[in-house]
Amino acid sequence: MSEDFDIFDILIGKESDKDYKKKPIIIQGITGSYGSTHTRLMKAYGSNIVAGVTPGKEGQNFEGTPVYNSVSKAVKTSGAKISGVFVPANFFLDAAKEALDNGIKLLIAIPEHIPIKDSIKILEYAQVQGAKIIGPNTPGVIVPEIMKVGIMPVQPFKAGNVVVLSRSGTLMYEVSYILTRAGYGQKLCIGIGGDPINGTNLVEAFNMVSDREDVESIVVVGEIGGDSEEQLADYLLRTKFAKPVVAYIAGRFAPKEKRMGHAGAIIYGNYGSADSKVSNFAKADVPVAKRPSDIPELLSKKLGD
Amino acid sequence: MRLLEYQGKELFDQYAIRIPKACLAHNVDEGKEAAARLGYPVVLKSQLMVGGRGKAGAILKCKTEMEMVSKFNELMYKEIKGEIPRGILVEETVDLKNELYLSLFLNRSKRTYSLIASAEGGMEIENVENKIIIDIPINGLSLQNAEDVARKIGLTGNTLIAFTDFTMKLSNLVNEKEAELAEINPVGILYDGSLVALDAKVIIDDNAMFRHPELKKYEQIPELQAQAEQSGFSLVELDGNIAIIGNGAGLVMSTLDMVSDAGGKAGSFLDFGGRATTETIYEALKVISKIKKIDGILVNLFGGIVKTNLVALAILEAYKNKVIGVPLFARISGAESEKAKEILKGSQAKLYDTVEEAICAVVKEVSK
Repeated sequence: MSEDFDIFDILIGKESDKDYKKKPIIIQGITGSYGSTHTRLMKAYGSNIVAGVTPGKEGQNFEGTPVYNSVSKAVKTSGAKISGVFVPANFFLDAAKEALDNGIKLLIAIPEHIPIKDSIKILEYAQVQGAKIIGPNTPGVIVPEIMKVGIMPVQPFKAGNVVVLSRSGTLMYEVSYILTRAGYGQKLCIGIGGDPINGTNLVEAFNMVSDREDVESIVVVGEIGGDSEEQLADYLLRTKFAKPVVAYIAGRFAPKEKRMGHAGAIIYGNYGSADSKVSNFAKADVPVAKRPSDIPELLSKKLGD
Repeated sequence: MRLLEYQGKELFDQYAIRIPKACLAHNVDEGKEAAARLGYPVVLKSQLMVGGRGKAGAILKCKTEMEMVSKFNELMYKEIKGEIPRGILVEETVDLKNELYLSLFLNRSKRTYSLIASAEGGMEIENVENKIIIDIPINGLSLQNAEDVARKIGLTGNTLIAFTDFTMKLSNLVNEKEAELAEINPVGILYDGSLVALDAKVIIDDNAMFRHPELKKYEQIPELQAQAEQSGFSLVELDGNIAIIGNGAGLVMSTLDMVSDAGGKAGSFLDFGGRATTETIYEALKVISKIKKIDGILVNLFGGIVKTNLVALAILEAYKNKVIGVPLFARISGAESEKAKEILKGSQAKLYDTVEEAICAVVKEVSK
């Protein structure tokens, strides 16, 4: 894991950059119904979508954005280091490999239903190439009031100093909306993804943001399945992390051995249970909200407001 | 997709992992025939997804045909942990010297595959102290890795060679069939030192099924769930009387928790997913309407990807066409939610501003 990966640097850059807050982004699968709808919405929000890729559609343009056959051409003409991938699951591995081969450093993997083997393969590949993958099965990332790469609605989000890390899409919107209404804007929201294998897991996402001065607090939205919440709790304990962290865990009443909508939301025995996550967070002195609407109060207490 | 024992063993057989002689029987006549062919004593094994079958009395040994007939009938109709068996595996008995444990699984925290082996087989691996865990490199397990593991759990001679062979074959199976888990517990050691897989627990990655048409025959999705999946939804049937519908797995789980906290009992979990349209949401209400015990429907929608006004139209339509008859309580927020409220005004659906209010109302309604 490259510890020096600054996600803000990639997403919005530094003030001295000529393209500060206007970093170029390409969209793979731009001409599909999903890709095109969301490209329009991303552009409307301020994201600098400079090119799209759909094999066989070079020469077309999508509402002014040129479409190329290959990532190589899209990157060469734009210098983009970010790609939003909207291709169907069975094309994902090839599309993602192509992106990483051509200089993409942050790949946002939107599609659901990607085989585990493909996720593991692309992750290994990204490590070799020094690139990061967010997702798959993620709503994407949003820097409120600046840009977004993903499918999230924009109404819930407002600029501020909280970072939201969420394994669930809709809950990321819900929790951010609750924070916004309580007066806590967000610096950045990252959808970790609902799959068993996350390109960037909770600890890594935490590492990408936690040391920045302009990040005041972190809200973690977890759910049943796997042990990434436990790993994060353990990491917080070991590093004696000082900033306020508040969590919420969905699925306290989910039955065992049933996949609850997300491929990754499944409990085997005690592994992946909400109890295990809540008790580990408790050990790390991270308060866990019983319901999303309780988060602002817990955060306020932690911040000493 | 979780395979039944006999299905997992069919895969083992394809990979030349030795299994006991056995035959799947669906009625007592088939059972008698199988047992006669195998020779008594035989073991009857109820084909269920649930674990801990031994303790639950789902595995029975029979010495005679008379015993077999009575036990077969007992097992065939015996519900265990809410599950009815899908046949009885009639298996030869084998004399064992000892039992081992072997599994390969997707290690989520390490984002790779791992192997667990132990000289203490036949128990739940969580409760076993002496076990070896190693990570499997991306390009597969080497013979050397496999042999090291066999040595570390104390095997020698023929058994060491046989266990190494089992491990390599199981690794190929996991890799080629894209399994999340392949567990043999126990691996039986016979008196000549050779090995046999006495049980099989195999879970295939659902998302990889499109690459495995050969495994399609094992797919047994309950009818309602299949209907939901066809529309792009996830459905989990639960025990209570409140149907919970929402967009997004996390949101619906969160709603389920809050309903339970409020003293309500969820009867179903239905996640619309992100790309629902009027037609598919209407389909979802149709699915819900087929669950008998539902007394109230709770809709928790956070708009944005889903246009909430479309959901409102679908709800209205469902009442008009008598697809649903029970009261519906909804919290609809996000994009177009004002429009949604306008559409549902005066219908049998009640709209609330917060999910807490909607939950309170539905719990009160169903406990009338």
